[in-house]
Amino acid sequence: MKISIERGTLLKAVSQAQSVVERRNTIPILANVLIEADGESVSFRATDLDIEVVDRIPAQVERAGATTVNAVTFHEIVRKLPDGALVNLTDDSAAGRMSVEAGRSHFSLATLPREDFPVMASSEYETNFSAKAPVLRRLFDKSKFAISTEETRYYLNGVYMHVSESEEGQVLRCVATDGHRLARIDAPLPPEAEGMPGVIVPRKTVGELRKLLDDDEADIAVSVSETKVRFATPEITLTSKVIDGTFPDYTRVIPQGNAKRMEVDAADFAKAVDRVATVSSERSRAVKMQLDEDRLVLSVNAPDSGNAEEELAVAYGDERLEIGFNAKYLLEIASQVDRENAVFLFNSSGDPTLMREGNDTSAVYVVMPMRV
Amino acid sequence: MPALCRDCLARFDTGARCPSCRSPRVLSHPELCDLSIAHMDCDAFYASVEKRDNPELRDKPVIVGGGRRGVVSTACYVARIKGVRSAMPMFKALQLCPEAVVVKGRMETYAAVSRQIRAMMEEMTPAVEPLSLDEAFLDLTGTAKLHGAPPAVMLARLVKRMQDELGITGSIGLSHNKFLAKLASDLDKPRGFSVIGEAETLDFLENRPVSLIWGVGATGRAALERAGIRTFADLRRWDRRDLHSRFGSMGERLWHLSRGEDHRRVSPNAPAKGISNETTFSEDTADRDILDGHIWRLAEKVSDRAKAKGIAGRVVILKLKRADHSLLSRRLSLHEPTQMADGIYRTARRLFDQVTYTGPYRLLGVGISELSPASGADASGDLLDPQALRRAGAERATDRIRERFGHDAIVKGRSLR
Repeated sequence: MKISIERGTLLKAVSQAQSVVERRNTIPILANVLIEADGESVSFRATDLDIEVVDRIPAQVERAGATTVNAVTFHEIVRKLPDGALVNLTDDSAAGRMSVEAGRSHFSLATLPREDFPVMASSEYETNFSAKAPVLRRLFDKSKFAISTEETRYYLNGVYMHVSESEEGQVLRCVATDGHRLARIDAPLPPEAEGMPGVIVPRKTVGELRKLLDDDEADIAVSVSETKVRFATPEITLTSKVIDGTFPDYTRVIPQGNAKRMEVDAADFAKAVDRVATVSSERSRAVKMQLDEDRLVLSVNAPDSGNAEEELAVAYGDERLEIGFNAKYLLEIASQVDRENAVFLFNSSGDPTLMREGNDTSAVYVVMPMRV
Repeated sequence: MPALCRDCLARFDTGARCPSCRSPRVLSHPELCDLSIAHMDCDAFYASVEKRDNPELRDKPVIVGGGRRGVVSTACYVARIKGVRSAMPMFKALQLCPEAVVVKGRMETYAAVSRQIRAMMEEMTPAVEPLSLDEAFLDLTGTAKLHGAPPAVMLARLVKRMQDELGITGSIGLSHNKFLAKLASDLDKPRGFSVIGEAETLDFLENRPVSLIWGVGATGRAALERAGIRTFADLRRWDRRDLHSRFGSMGERLWHLSRGEDHRRVSPNAPAKGISNETTFSEDTADRDILDGHIWRLAEKVSDRAKAKGIAGRVVILKLKRADHSLLSRRLSLHEPTQMADGIYRTARRLFDQVTYTGPYRLLGVGISELSPASGADASGDLLDPQALRRAGAERATDRIRERFGHDAIVKGRSLR
């Protein structure tokens, strides 16, 4: 194999690859990236056995071929090369080395045979549809903060992507929860997505997927089966196993009858919560919200370090209410709101609270209160 | 060289016998009056209390421990001559020493004696760090003026008082840090008093095995042995960075300890690190219903203790011992601290369900750690488990009923399994 690639293009492909590679693994080949050159392009493939990413970029291919090198080392080298450099990669399979040359820099990297590289078995996808990058970006960006990290509830370690029924008809829906807060985000259902099996997309996949979604104009080809999900742009294909488990019935968790309505400027609210929470150093900092006619008093009382209070003007017309929340959760849901006011719907100080943006029900958040 | 009579506490200058009372129990060391970090360890504490309270047992081998399947908590020195050791399975202890008198522990009595000893130690210094009922670190730095006597004398007086007033003997280790003080107290038990001075520290450690280090168990020892480290001398040959890269933060500690350095302070208020209870079954079992019953009962015990102390734990720990005595341990960090039996049980049960080994087991333990005050505990519910709040309410009600009518007034069906 002998190829030449522009450094910037190469860096983008290699950094995508090295982020998939599991840092602590015991199987040497899994630390490597598979480089395959043919025709006028070269592909970079990396896997952790659950996720596989393939990035195909144009290159001058003098001699086709394939090899594998350590992804992290290769990435570091490319990253440190000067901008605009032309990088030559030459594989010497007899010596078990690949040379990397750019200007006056020369590196020789140990290789492992391409035959040893595990390629994810291709599978049949039941559903194939196309979605604009901003649509997927919104679905995952607004839900991922609620993904659980608790390993015993592995079925919560991802975003549940499925087809559901809403007031507006069928929707493509993403839900994530850790049992303390929940995010439910809807998007119009692409016609071809009808009948799609519901899948739990793992946290790491959600993170990798994000890198495919930066271009507002990009069309993302989405393929879904019971066991796998694939997201592809013309250059990058991300394939991932889905979490083998049943996502809990979240619909009964979303409160229907919460009648006490508070409307507040989300940014002002978030800043105030952040300020009062400063006095507490506990891991789960509780913020008390005292609601009265058009008035919200936020307070934190940390016996060891001090207390804080701040008053905010809000729209609220119901009876007095006192309710506590984890400050971090309030900040997280408030930061999801970017266009209109945040609307909170309460029931009592012990019941889950619902939050949405204005009257938009395509993104709702549920948060469990805390005793204060 | 300064010397001290451990019987009459007279101080003099070198000699095999005390010039005033002729006792041979003389302690002399060049740094005797300069060292101030001590470790006090009672001799066969539980067994000594039993012998004190029942003089008939005085010359008999006594083992304190539980049941046929239980383990030895403490063996008196007569039983130790036969090879009986702490933590040994009871059946094995009885094979070695069939004539032993086995006594079921009376923890409350031991705790009461322990409090008396602690009070004596606290008269000497506020810096007393108890490690368990029968051992503690003491920092006597700067107390010589106040007491009109150096730490060594005060410590000799302490063990003498313990023997005279409580009928309990103890051994003292005196050195310049906790690590060495603890090693020293073990050197000539029972009724020992050993000193490790700064000047002799390196020679003292030289050929001793690294397994003496607290926290280096069988696994740690094996890992060290693979690196060719068996003695402190082996350890000292290692470069600091190499130790760190091979053993992580433990490597850093090892590097210091190999040089006899230990910068941990004697901290009187070292809070409990965790609460746990465990049970050894009368027969090994793989029956999941029986094991589930044990998880519940242990969770309830842990919860009772946490509630009594007003604390809660963020981490739940499940411990299982297989029939071949190998240990399996699982832990889960919770979203917020809990002290509720229900929460501890459910978490331990989830951990249990994740273990792929199907038994049989001989022991099961449940515990909590990363403790914090109960005020911040169980403050929020679980969206996916709406019944949890109701169960918590039921548990609080159960606690109140038990307060009035006794612990057995109301129990869960699953605790009868």
